[in-house]
Amino acid sequence: MTAPFYKFGLFNDEVSFIIAFVLGLAFGFVFERGGFGSGRMLAAQFYFTDMRVFKVMFTAIVVAMIGLFYLNWIGFIDLSLIYFGDTYIMPQIVGGLILGVGFVIGGYCPGTSTVAIATGRLDAIVYLLGGAFGIFVFGEVFPYISDFFYSTPMGRITLPELFGIDHGIILLAVILLAIAGFTGADWGEKYMKSKKEGK
Amino acid sequence: MSIKEWFHHHDHDNVQDGELTPKHYTNPYLIGLLLGIVLLATFVIMGRGMGASGVLSTVVSVGVEKVLPASVEGNEFYQGYLGDGESNPFKNWLSFEIIGMIIGGFISGAISGRNKITIEKGPRATNKMRLALAFVGGSLMGFGAKMARGCTSGQALTGGTMLSVGGWVFMLAVFAGAYAFAYFVRRQWT
Repeated sequence: MTAPFYKFGLFNDEVSFIIAFVLGLAFGFVFERGGFGSGRMLAAQFYFTDMRVFKVMFTAIVVAMIGLFYLNWIGFIDLSLIYFGDTYIMPQIVGGLILGVGFVIGGYCPGTSTVAIATGRLDAIVYLLGGAFGIFVFGEVFPYISDFFYSTPMGRITLPELFGIDHGIILLAVILLAIAGFTGADWGEKYMKSKKEGK
Repeated sequence: MSIKEWFHHHDHDNVQDGELTPKHYTNPYLIGLLLGIVLLATFVIMGRGMGASGVLSTVVSVGVEKVLPASVEGNEFYQGYLGDGESNPFKNWLSFEIIGMIIGGFISGAISGRNKITIEKGPRATNKMRLALAFVGGSLMGFGAKMARGCTSGQALTGGTMLSVGGWVFMLAVFAGAYAFAYFVRRQWT
């Protein structure tokens, strides 16, 4: 095991900030290429008029997932050292629904809005101001909703652990799900196009 | 080159005659592959994924501490973003990542002629309506992201890749919420 490099002490915090900047550059560049800088393009996936963002996102998840699975299999990376957030089912369902509604109303999510601002989208600036306001409201009501916020805790848990199924099987299921999603996305795009032309 | 030139109009941009024509965007699966590789590199090098909403939370927490110090006291949520009070709360991994993202997005937009000072909206929407909805949507996003302990970057992209149960539950909820509500704001986008 040699990775994750940072967790094995290959470089210090100061160097990690430079790496953060470089990786951020790559994320920003690829996000913009993916169409994530355009609120119209982001919203189009919710109307099946252009499923580009959906395709980019799920391809990325599948690619990174296969990569991690392989690197773990050959003993290069220790997956238990990778940080990701704990699961709290109910707040994550409610938070996800609220964010989803906010996504289609506002046209962005936090990460994509930074790229949209960088490319000159004024609505993204207003969106981000709204985001700050929403966080402020959350902070102010936090003492009253903290019980819900900490409810249904499951700790650090993955789908293979939850279902007691082999990691590889879940990976295969996600790949099949993605392929089904891409096929459905293409079908949706064609349907919306023919509907439009038929008018 | 002046800032104005970086942002100058391009007739072949993606919004033309009220149509969304994704010209000059790279093939989505190729871009997905690249994004996946960048994400994988982040895991391998740092042992973590990416994030976006955390920095905005720090901005808000620092602001509230200045304006409404009584609110911050004893409030676990704000305190979590203010750190130990000795080091600068902005001196963290996510802040540097976000700075990189802004510059990276700008470079890509500049190369492809997509940098343009504009308001993104559908052909039927007015600017006023669009900006009002951008604020409302942003507010819901801010609240929802904090409730879910992360946004589309941290929970869906990063948690999803790690096969986190919470990440997948969150991702399905986001799509459910967005598709369910899309009908009500269709005049803004289509």
